[in-house]
Amino acid sequence: MKSLKRQEHKFSDSFIQLEVLQAARPGGGKFERFEDKLDTIGLFPLRPTQLEIFQVNVGKMCNQTCKHCHVDAGPDRKEIMTRETMQQCLEALDKADVAGFPVKTIDLTGGAPEMNPHFRWFVQELHKRGKHVIVRCNLTIILANPKYHDLPQFFKAHGVEVVSSLPHFSARRTDAQRGDGVFEKSIKALQMLNAAGYGQEGSGLQLHLVYNPAGAFLPGAQVSLEKEFKQQLKRQFNIDFNSLFVITNLPISRFLDYLVQSGNYEGYMEKLVNSFNPAAAANVMCRNTISVGWDGQLYDCDFNQMLDLTVVGAPRHIKDFDVAQLNQRDIVLNQHCYGCTAGAGSSCGGQTA
Amino acid sequence: MENTYYNPADLAKFGNIAEFSPDLAKKFFDYYGDVFKEGELSVREKSLIALAVAHAIQCPYCIDAYTTDGLEKGASEGQMMEAIHVAAAIRGGASLVHGVQMMNKVKEITM
Repeated sequence: MKSLKRQEHKFSDSFIQLEVLQAARPGGGKFERFEDKLDTIGLFPLRPTQLEIFQVNVGKMCNQTCKHCHVDAGPDRKEIMTRETMQQCLEALDKADVAGFPVKTIDLTGGAPEMNPHFRWFVQELHKRGKHVIVRCNLTIILANPKYHDLPQFFKAHGVEVVSSLPHFSARRTDAQRGDGVFEKSIKALQMLNAAGYGQEGSGLQLHLVYNPAGAFLPGAQVSLEKEFKQQLKRQFNIDFNSLFVITNLPISRFLDYLVQSGNYEGYMEKLVNSFNPAAAANVMCRNTISVGWDGQLYDCDFNQMLDLTVVGAPRHIKDFDVAQLNQRDIVLNQHCYGCTAGAGSSCGGQTA
Repeated sequence: MENTYYNPADLAKFGNIAEFSPDLAKKFFDYYGDVFKEGELSVREKSLIALAVAHAIQCPYCIDAYTTDGLEKGASEGQMMEAIHVAAAIRGGASLVHGVQMMNKVKEITM
């Protein structure tokens, strides 16, 4: 499967995606503007609480081409963060420390972040600075090439928290979203992580799984699904993990394409809008996170990054990073934001309400 | 009146039954909500039972609702189909077990 960009698909243009999100409904009228919805509960303009997490997208290259990917990542994507931009990230973190607003957590994502040639160097530098590093590992990368086989040991040596997608404990549902054979490789990779101590009681090595629905429906309750995943993975494959993060698919990029192609867009948006939860809205991740693009541009979240919606009210590039101004900015919102406020809420760390 | 008995849009209007009898509707929906809470059975198991019953009583609203609900609760396609086979087996069995009654009657009135 090729990326939308490689296909020259209309949705590889973020402007067209935003047009779809803001378009009139087939029956007339529009979905209520997300900004207006926030206004009704006194949250507009949406402001940061305090910057705690740097989510750094180190590149769009990936060994998988998942059908729901909001990054439109894949083997044909060549955008990769340079070492120079990584250096600018490190300098920004040092600046934040000096300014008295230390950013404790660095969340590395992609694509498959491990495919960036400077990935290990970057993790080592972050570790030296005492930062807590999260890697969003797609699991199959560990088996993709012998040079990645030692990743579990590398993660362990640098106290990395591993967060990995596994949309279901059945092969059918996982492979439908992530590609044929992904489930089997994911299970092997999880067993390798377990063997290195990840997810094992008392090891301190955190292994979390991410569940997102393989279709046009919302995720169920995190606590129930976690129980189910733990029982099934233990029984079938003797796999242990710490927590399950339940994430709602946002209607952008490839998932938007799926929704439109399958005739589910209208119903899915209606579900998101009708499930708006004020408690989830108060806890959205953009209030304590900054997303850094592969080219050093700054965004309120990874989804805004993919829609090319850069931060407003503060310098837009990591080289000009200014934590005080970022903490004062108004967060950029659009209709896709309903995905983070539906039901029990959704963030890169799972439910929020 | 609609010219079909079932309209998918009516599912979302289920709560409107309160319009003609609010007190009884409140009692029903409170009870309904409690029934589907996590208990000795998980929410996924309850959803699968609901799906099986939906097929036994052949309620298209319930089939629509509990297929989506099952997916949301993490049920697999295989689990959902097995639940429907349970309903089918009980329905089939319920017909067949009356065959004993038929046989009793036959034996009663024949030589």
